[in-house]
Amino acid sequence: MAGLSSGSGGGSSLGLCSHAVVRALPESLPQQALRIEKGKEVDFARAEREHQLYVGVLKSKLGLQVLELPADESLPDCVFVEDMAVVCEETALITRPGAPSRRKEVDAMKRALESLNLNIVEMTDENATLDGGDVLFTGREFFVGLSKRTNQRGAEILADTFKDYAVSTVPVYDSLHLKSFCSMAGPNLIAIGSTEAAQKALKTMQQMSDHRYDKLTVPDDAAANCIYLNIPGKGHVLLHRAPEEYPESAKVFEKLKDHMLIPIAHTEMEKVDGLLTCCSVLINKTSEL
Amino acid sequence: MTTEVGPETEVKKESEQLGADAAKEKHEEATESQENQKSEKTLSEETQSSPSSPALATQSSPSSQKKEKDPSEGKGISRFIPPWLKKQKSYTLVEPKDEAKKKPVEERQAVEERESQLPEDMAQPKGNLEEATIESQQEAKADDKEEEKHSVSSSDTQPAKEDNKEIEVEKVADEQEEKEKVEEKRETKEVQTAEIKMEKAPQKAPKKIKTVPCKVMLLDGTEYSCDLEKRAKGQVLFDKVCEQLNLLEKDYFGLLLRENSDQKNWLDSSKEIKRQIRSLPWLFTFNVKFYPPDPSQLTEDITRYFLCLQLRQDIASGRLPCSFVTHALLGSYTLQAELGDYDSEEHNNHYISEFQFAPNQTKEMEDKVVELHKTHRGLTPAEADSHFLENAKRLSMYGVDLHHAKDSEGVDIMLGVCANGLLIYKDRLRINRFAWPKILKISYKRSNFYIKVRPAELEQFESTIGFKLPNHRAAKRLWKVCVEHHTFYRLVSPEQPPKAKFLTLGSKFRYSGRTQAQTRQASNLIDRPAPYFERTSSKRVSRSLDGAPVGTTDQSLLRDFSATTVGPAGDMVFDGEAVGQTKLKNGEGRDEDGSPTKIPQLELTQDEKNNSLRVNGENIYVRHSNLMLEDLDKTQDDLLKHQASISELKRNFMESTPEPRPNEWEKRRITPLSLQTQGSSHETLNVVEEKKQAEVGIEDTVVIDEINRGKMQAVSDAGETRKVEHVSKKDSSSLSSDSSSSSSSSSESEDEVVGEYQPHHRAAEDIIREEQEENEDAKRKEECATKVIQSVETVQEGSKVTVEHTQVTAKALAQENAVAIKTAEKNVMEEGKQDLRAEDEEEQLRINGDVSHVDIDVVPQIICCSEPPVVKTEMVTISDATQRTEISTKEVPIVHTETKTITYESPQFDGSAGVDAGVLLSAQTITSESLSTTTTTHITKTVKGGVSETRIEKRIVITGDADIDHDQALAQAIKEAKEQHPDMSVTRVVVHKETELAEEGEE
Repeated sequence: MAGLSSGSGGGSSLGLCSHAVVRALPESLPQQALRIEKGKEVDFARAEREHQLYVGVLKSKLGLQVLELPADESLPDCVFVEDMAVVCEETALITRPGAPSRRKEVDAMKRALESLNLNIVEMTDENATLDGGDVLFTGREFFVGLSKRTNQRGAEILADTFKDYAVSTVPVYDSLHLKSFCSMAGPNLIAIGSTEAAQKALKTMQQMSDHRYDKLTVPDDAAANCIYLNIPGKGHVLLHRAPEEYPESAKVFEKLKDHMLIPIAHTEMEKVDGLLTCCSVLINKTSEL
Repeated sequence: MTTEVGPETEVKKESEQLGADAAKEKHEEATESQENQKSEKTLSEETQSSPSSPALATQSSPSSQKKEKDPSEGKGISRFIPPWLKKQKSYTLVEPKDEAKKKPVEERQAVEERESQLPEDMAQPKGNLEEATIESQQEAKADDKEEEKHSVSSSDTQPAKEDNKEIEVEKVADEQEEKEKVEEKRETKEVQTAEIKMEKAPQKAPKKIKTVPCKVMLLDGTEYSCDLEKRAKGQVLFDKVCEQLNLLEKDYFGLLLRENSDQKNWLDSSKEIKRQIRSLPWLFTFNVKFYPPDPSQLTEDITRYFLCLQLRQDIASGRLPCSFVTHALLGSYTLQAELGDYDSEEHNNHYISEFQFAPNQTKEMEDKVVELHKTHRGLTPAEADSHFLENAKRLSMYGVDLHHAKDSEGVDIMLGVCANGLLIYKDRLRINRFAWPKILKISYKRSNFYIKVRPAELEQFESTIGFKLPNHRAAKRLWKVCVEHHTFYRLVSPEQPPKAKFLTLGSKFRYSGRTQAQTRQASNLIDRPAPYFERTSSKRVSRSLDGAPVGTTDQSLLRDFSATTVGPAGDMVFDGEAVGQTKLKNGEGRDEDGSPTKIPQLELTQDEKNNSLRVNGENIYVRHSNLMLEDLDKTQDDLLKHQASISELKRNFMESTPEPRPNEWEKRRITPLSLQTQGSSHETLNVVEEKKQAEVGIEDTVVIDEINRGKMQAVSDAGETRKVEHVSKKDSSSLSSDSSSSSSSSSESEDEVVGEYQPHHRAAEDIIREEQEENEDAKRKEECATKVIQSVETVQEGSKVTVEHTQVTAKALAQENAVAIKTAEKNVMEEGKQDLRAEDEEEQLRINGDVSHVDIDVVPQIICCSEPPVVKTEMVTISDATQRTEISTKEVPIVHTETKTITYESPQFDGSAGVDAGVLLSAQTITSESLSTTTTTHITKTVKGGVSETRIEKRIVITGDADIDHDQALAQAIKEAKEQHPDMSVTRVVVHKETELAEEGEE
């Protein structure tokens, strides 16, 4: 069945995924992509290789149907598709990104999602901003980070869009997005970074929730951003940052015995604040109903 | 007719306390000597029926006699005057008539009451016994001294006084509404009888059995009609309805009053219906009250069916929001349950349009519903219902009872009460959540609703979070809902109504039904074949009912907002805790009891406003809760420490005091309510009560203040309130319940200004209520508060009257620091000055209140607050988890100090007045100093009317900074004063507090 029934079992639907939307990275990324702080130069070639590997895992290794959108040179951040849409079950909310320079990125995303026959909801309120990177869906409820990119109004619209679920807001101060330091690492399992800000946010989430989540604390905030998938035939799948990047955090992930662990290097993208979840929108199309 | 509720109550209480014998004795005594205090009391009680005010009038002024005849005068100050203030002479005049008649009645009732209420009393046997003892003592004393106008004001005597006071209040109320008086009285009586009957056995059968037409809108849209006995309790109707519905698992359901369709008021099944609903016929809506978190655990399909019906209403009306997909899915299960398998022939394209699945139903949705319906083939109706429920229960708003509120910044938010706790929403976003285990206490005061929460992981201290509800009734409603939900979902068995605890005020309402655990247990015992029931179609036609009867929330919200605070009570704040402190200060447990005169109240009100201003502006609604803050607040720390010391003080005080007062205080809360219910004129009563409460509130404030700063504040007016409640003591459980039940009526809601509920049991001392006042005036902060305690003791020895006047000036410096020190020095030097000041204050009191220092021959004392206590509070606020980081703890506690003077006075003698009247024989002044206290003793001997009178005035100045426990010092000073003059009694205590405001930064 559609709707909540798929959510039965308390988050067991989390990670179910049939489709993914990704976007190629433009050459303008290294120079023009937004970044919180000036850092190292992005090695574009390497970034492309990493991204191809990333898409390859989704497509080949996990068998998802991947929609690859072409890059747009005028949109240097367009590879980070996550911020453009929040998809839950059959409904997709097209966001209004907090960064004005990124607002046009939603167009391609909208078309892609429409092609998947999702119920499309657009965020037209000009007072609202929402980046998908601030939205954490646990399978039971939403947490929306209130950050520089996402405001209260944006969260409200998300709540209106996904009425079945509680939507709680979490202040995000030091990071770009809520998911800059956390993500779901499994049903009922929140991966969380070790910084004070991350731990504080987790506490907030725990307080706000009627449900008790397990937490997986990793030393590195960035490494706490991972991708959990529940692939038929493969079970729990976790894409996480490679040991070369975050060895200590990787060790933590390696303790997850029930998960198929897939380390993915994401070094170049991280230089422009791109983490694993940023580069895809995951969709679970259960039927054509 | 003549019998009033008040008297009954009193009798009950006494009888309970004393036991049958005591009660009997009491009555006898009353009969024998009209003049003795007991009789006075009786009189006052009785007076209600007849010209109640005479006594009062006498007290207040010569013109009082007019009052007797003129009911309208009752509204004046006089009504606030405690009954015991009345001159005995006047009593004598009035008393004789009614007493004789009433006695029998009272006794009888008392007996009944006693019997019925015994169980409750058991809980507080100690208190009762003590009280009884006190009363008896008092009686004895009264007899001896009656003739003399100056009665001995021993601490013990107070209980009796309290009773009187209560009665008086009621009386006054009656007077005001003289027109209705007769009728109402009758009614009142009936009510009481009914109660008794309910609880025990109907000793007095109702004279006439009247029936009232009653209609209940059922969940399937049909209406159930029946006639109910007029005095039937809610349970009767509810049982009838459930019987009609063939529903056994009924604890999840309830009846909503349809009277106010805009508010979700639940019929209290433990109380009489007529007290909860005003209009005729009685209209109700049968609704789910407690949504089962897991409907699959319900035993019977029929129960699930009714739950489905409720949820369909909730969904169709928009109260339970869901997504498009969920609407479609739930709709499809509805179709399957009501129509069975999809039949392409029978179910044409339009069949679905007759159903309403969503507030805004579209063709697209209907198509989706049909598609899904087709997939449900084979599901039985019960299975379809189960699927429906399995999906509905996951909706985030399932079982969440929403209430409009505002946060500290006046931003509209919603408070959602659910099985797991309290949820805070801003718009549709959840901004905070307080699970039941996290909540230590739930309370409301006026239109404010407070929760006290456990410290977070890294925090050491509890915090209180306050919300502003649209009005008092809304606050109370929310509080009750919280109490009920917590009890139903979290407890194994319902909590007994609160016993008389130290410092408890307000509603004693408790959930009296079965808890979820109990109902589940009971359900397991259900042994009957699955009952047959017909599923009625939820087509739109029948659905028309949906929005109106059931979905009251939205409308109510609107109204609530527009509505202003109700009643006089609105202005005042009250709290139980303050009372406790008062006691401490007095040194004598009893002194506090003095009844507040009207004047004090008035003043208080004003002051409160001012004070509150300060408080309010900054404190009341603190932005964000500290809940999540990890940093400890120094101020909080201090606060806690102080709190602890206060608790100790209280304890000490209690120990030193022969009889524990605390119980009475608690009882007092209840009483007002009972009075109302019983009282004929509801509105009047309410007003009175509210005022009393207000006084109490002041005390609270004081307490708070002390807690926060360690500063002392004078508490006084509580006395009156207490008395009132005291009377109701026995009844408290029943009464309280009544009052709460009557919430539907405006009168009731107003009664209970304060409600407190502690999900977790804690020592009374630990409970500190932080209350705030909201006033809009802005008063600048005063830097110093001087506390002066003046106690006057009068001892009558033969013809000789000795009055001891002790004045204690306690200077509490706000805190450490140079400032504090400076102040201290100043205080010492200005001792004399302060004295003057104190005097001035007293004078003011009289002036303001005309009545405040009435000459009274009765034992009790009058408590006057010349200046309203300032409310300082640690505040609270809206819990916005998201923003908590921004909030600094420092913001929370704000204490500004001011100067307050509170006078506790025994009615008998107006200290200065008495002196003036007589011939001064001698006067001497002695001054002694110790480290932190300076005591000035002023002894005057006068001869007045052949009676020599010695009056000792002690002025004790307690100076010091935060390191000194002022309360303790004060208590000690009073105690010493008493010990020094064991043959004298304290007739007046004036506490004048001057506190230096410490800047927050300093702390």
